[in-house]
Amino acid sequence: MIHIQCFAHLREQTGQDTITLDQTSLSVAELLAELSARYAIETESLMVAINEEYAAPEDRVSEKDRVALIPPVSGG
Amino acid sequence: MYRITSQPIEVEEVTKKVIRPEAGAVVNFIGTVREFTKGKKTLSLQYEAYPEMAEKQLKKIGDEIKENWPDAVTAITHRTGKLAISDIAVVIAVSTPHRKDAYLANEYAIERIKQIVPIWKKEYWEDGEEWIGDQLEKTPYSNGEPGEVKPS
Repeated sequence: MIHIQCFAHLREQTGQDTITLDQTSLSVAELLAELSARYAIETESLMVAINEEYAAPEDRVSEKDRVALIPPVSGG
Repeated sequence: MYRITSQPIEVEEVTKKVIRPEAGAVVNFIGTVREFTKGKKTLSLQYEAYPEMAEKQLKKIGDEIKENWPDAVTAITHRTGKLAISDIAVVIAVSTPHRKDAYLANEYAIERIKQIVPIWKKEYWEDGEEWIGDQLEKTPYSNGEPGEVKPS
């Protein structure tokens, strides 16, 4: 299973701090497609972080990775 | 040197981290909560962070500053949680041997924070609340990566 952390409006929209997917490995693009289908999340502006680093669409996510969804940031 | 905290930020504490004998200039940036934005009154703000990644990204900004201004030393603290008007949200301290580099590097740091550090702001107004930074408010990362800025 892959656990995905959610923040800000995504946490409120999904009603969860962490989303869990049954897969053991998938690409970032596949992960976003899966979440889009399941939660009606707008994924176009979303970045995915793997182990606290921004990931590219072709990067792969596996069960031992720390995964998070990063909407456009607004700190400062 | 790079911290996310839920406690009020002491400017002096951040500044002290970069003061050293080689430095002849220290520039502080203090980001505070503004009451009016485009005529709309903000009551309070809430900042949420992905702390582990945010601190890594703050360090990355410090590393980028080192590449562009090798003599600069940078410290950054960003606050999370609920903030009132005029509360301090972020403090950036940069020291360099001469002042010009400290000014430039400090501005570079705040621009990069707004691009790559996973911190989100929720605005509370008299008539509602909203997370800032969704695709309606900001340019999405259409190229798949947060943008790069070049030092001026």
